[in-house]
Amino acid sequence: MKELKILAVIATLVGITYYGIEPYAHHIMHPEVKAADFTFADLKNVDTKLAGNTANGKVLVEANCIACHAIESAGHPAMMPNADAAASYGVVPPDLSHAGRVYDKNYLANFIFDPVSAMHLSHKYPVGGTKTFPMPSYNWMTGQEIMDVVAYLQSVSPKVKEGAETHKATYDAACGRCHSMSYAKSEATTPKDAIKAYMGATPPDLSQYIKSRGEHYLHGFINDPQVLLAGTSMPRVGLNEKAQEEVIAYMEEIGDSKKAERESTGINVMIYTFIFAMLAYLWKRKIWSEVH
Amino acid sequence: MENESRRGFIGKAFGAVAAVGGVASLLAMKKTWDPLPSVMSAGFTTVDVSALEANKLEIAVWRGKPVFILKYTEDMKPTDGRSVKVGDHYYSVMIGLCTHLGCIPAYRADQKDFKCACHGGEFTSAGINKFGPPPRPLDLPPFKIDGNTLVLGEEGPEYKAMMAKAGVV
Amino acid sequence: MAEFKPADSLYEWFDQRLGIDKFVKVMMTEYWIPKNINFLWAMGVLLTVMFTILIVSGIFLLMYYKPDINMAFDSVNYTIMQEVGYGWLFRHIHAVGASVVFLIIYIHMFTGIYYGSYKKGRELIWISGMLLFVLFSAEGFSGYMLPWGQMSYWAAYVITEIFGGIPVIGGDLVVWIRGNFYVSDSTLTRFFMLHVLLIPLAILGAIVVHFYALRFPHVNNEEGEFFDFDKEADKYLAGDKKGSKVVPFWPVFLSKDFFVLGFFLLFFFYLVFFHYDFAMDPVNFDKADGLKTPAHIYPEWYFLWSYEVLRGFFFEIAGISGKSLGLMAFAFANAIFMILPWLDRSPMVKPANQRPYFKYWFWFLIADLIVLTVYGKLPPTGANAWVGFASSMTFLVLFIALPFITKAEAKKIGGK
Repeated sequence: MKELKILAVIATLVGITYYGIEPYAHHIMHPEVKAADFTFADLKNVDTKLAGNTANGKVLVEANCIACHAIESAGHPAMMPNADAAASYGVVPPDLSHAGRVYDKNYLANFIFDPVSAMHLSHKYPVGGTKTFPMPSYNWMTGQEIMDVVAYLQSVSPKVKEGAETHKATYDAACGRCHSMSYAKSEATTPKDAIKAYMGATPPDLSQYIKSRGEHYLHGFINDPQVLLAGTSMPRVGLNEKAQEEVIAYMEEIGDSKKAERESTGINVMIYTFIFAMLAYLWKRKIWSEVH
Repeated sequence: MENESRRGFIGKAFGAVAAVGGVASLLAMKKTWDPLPSVMSAGFTTVDVSALEANKLEIAVWRGKPVFILKYTEDMKPTDGRSVKVGDHYYSVMIGLCTHLGCIPAYRADQKDFKCACHGGEFTSAGINKFGPPPRPLDLPPFKIDGNTLVLGEEGPEYKAMMAKAGVV
Repeated sequence: MAEFKPADSLYEWFDQRLGIDKFVKVMMTEYWIPKNINFLWAMGVLLTVMFTILIVSGIFLLMYYKPDINMAFDSVNYTIMQEVGYGWLFRHIHAVGASVVFLIIYIHMFTGIYYGSYKKGRELIWISGMLLFVLFSAEGFSGYMLPWGQMSYWAAYVITEIFGGIPVIGGDLVVWIRGNFYVSDSTLTRFFMLHVLLIPLAILGAIVVHFYALRFPHVNNEEGEFFDFDKEADKYLAGDKKGSKVVPFWPVFLSKDFFVLGFFLLFFFYLVFFHYDFAMDPVNFDKADGLKTPAHIYPEWYFLWSYEVLRGFFFEIAGISGKSLGLMAFAFANAIFMILPWLDRSPMVKPANQRPYFKYWFWFLIADLIVLTVYGKLPPTGANAWVGFASSMTFLVLFIALPFITKAEAKKIGGK
């Protein structure tokens, strides 16, 4: 029927225009990059197949790590207030309570061996350069010793349930030292001036990053920031895939809290509108039967 | 009739007065739209250039605009009429807004030039447009040299000399 | 004093005082519309509904929005989107509605061009309509600034900067428009005033003129046929509904509008709830930062063709800079649609497919506008810049050529 033909012409023209300005244009502006690698295959300095000895790990951690790092879950509080820690180290060293749970085993082992290369920050802390990373390398430890440390950290990590509380705990552990999230009423634990001096620029507030960047972008970005933003000061954090999903889930809870309501209301409204449209059609047919 | 000519005159006089009132109202409205006096009074920004690293772009803010201050390395030659000498070093001091449509170009330290992401325009380290749509070099802000500091917003003798050379009155 | 007899019913009481019977006849039940029309004729009512939806959703946003550069972004993205009951719904409806209304405007506008509904007595309908397009564009531009995201700020910056290209007064004019040397709080609050009060009032006025201008020449029909509306109306009122060439606005014409509206709303609500990135650009969920230009700046889709004409001229021609050429072409492109009734030198009112030369002009223009729109979004580098130049030139040439094309067409038809 003629009107369907007209509709088809309009739909085609709109469709072509839409394709050009949305999927195609976005493909040009944001070309595909290499996929996220949760095996951290580029890190090969430690033999992660070695079984770690938790008891020995405890000894090593208490001797080498708790001078700077708090481990609340194992009864080691922070050595000094955050502001002082930031003044001493440049940034507040992370509490390691959740480290065994959220960081990938391969990453964690290699990080202890050489933090800068694991974080992909060699451009910021070049070998022989003036800037040194506050945490030293532990490449003098044997592979077995490092795996012992990893095993210990995994053992002291609190058991968590699936849900909003866990999402927040993972986010706080992985991101909270540098990033503020005003919509969650949380500030970065490292004071603002310190983190700006440490990073070179203030790490952005993440309140709306789930909306401005989107899940797909964040999935790749958190796994290795250098791929999408070459030269950035943000370290590769080393989250395993589950922890990363928890971080993104938290960002969604804070940044897009009405998502579930939006989707359920949407279905209901569309069902109603369909009924409205059908009745409008039937009424039109009746009225126009008198004039055709 | 006398009455009609008086009516006609008074009608025209009334119309004229009403029109004057209308124009006066529009002028008053235009004034309300004007930028505030506190905004128009010249803004000054002071920058201490002595601590700057060579070939590393420093961005100061003057009247809301980014001002590029770039310290030259030994091998960077100053451009006559554009480069500014403060103490023993030369600097580029220019408004960091692309003269095409106002985006902020990025500095490429390895190539010692500026690239504007918006439409591909390129400027030399002295801010001269060398490729793409920008129609003229980066604009120069009024400045005054005070020892090792630059005062943006004040027209010092060096600035006046640069403007005279460029043919700007 | 006019004599008022006691009324028999409540309806008669009102009718005596407001002339409701007569009013309803004039506006609805005896307002005659041609019968040979298709669903494209429903776009006007769709626009009225969309405008109403925008006003109502705007009213609720107004309750919580803060027009201050320090509070605007969070008042929208925290308070309205996440705290206010159904705040997210009104925001989505308003943003998606503002974008979709332009889709309907363009369909409505090009339906008018296709069927020649801008000439032979309908010139003022066309001009008031184009005025509405300009007003809606200003409304969209001012509204987009309000959330004070990165796109809000930089679109405001680029577009206010354009006025700097006007000779002599340009520099001062930009500062005057912004209320400051740079896009700042004074810019936000005055565009808030424009968006919430002045432009909507102007739109309402233009709508009244647009509807009024329709009455004397009557709504056009699919064949461009001219007939005696009074005669056909009498036929209808006498009972020959099937034989008459007209139908009353209410209930017949509106019943078709409601049917089209129903399926349109299905499309609209799908976008509102599930597919809104095209209208709520992710980049605008970053707070405005005057010292950080986004990697890609682009206007909303409905401005892309115009934006591409502005930047299509990227090199000097005959001593005039690319920037000035672009500005002149941009001004031309936006003004030229206004005088379309006088560019079309053929008196023929017929759908384009029945006009021997105009049909090619029409579809060529549509294709050119789609190319301009798509390339207005793409980064203007390399080959894209040249496609932009070619399609901008094509646009100018098409309109300059229209008088000649239609004059030749008139000659061919024999001036019928």
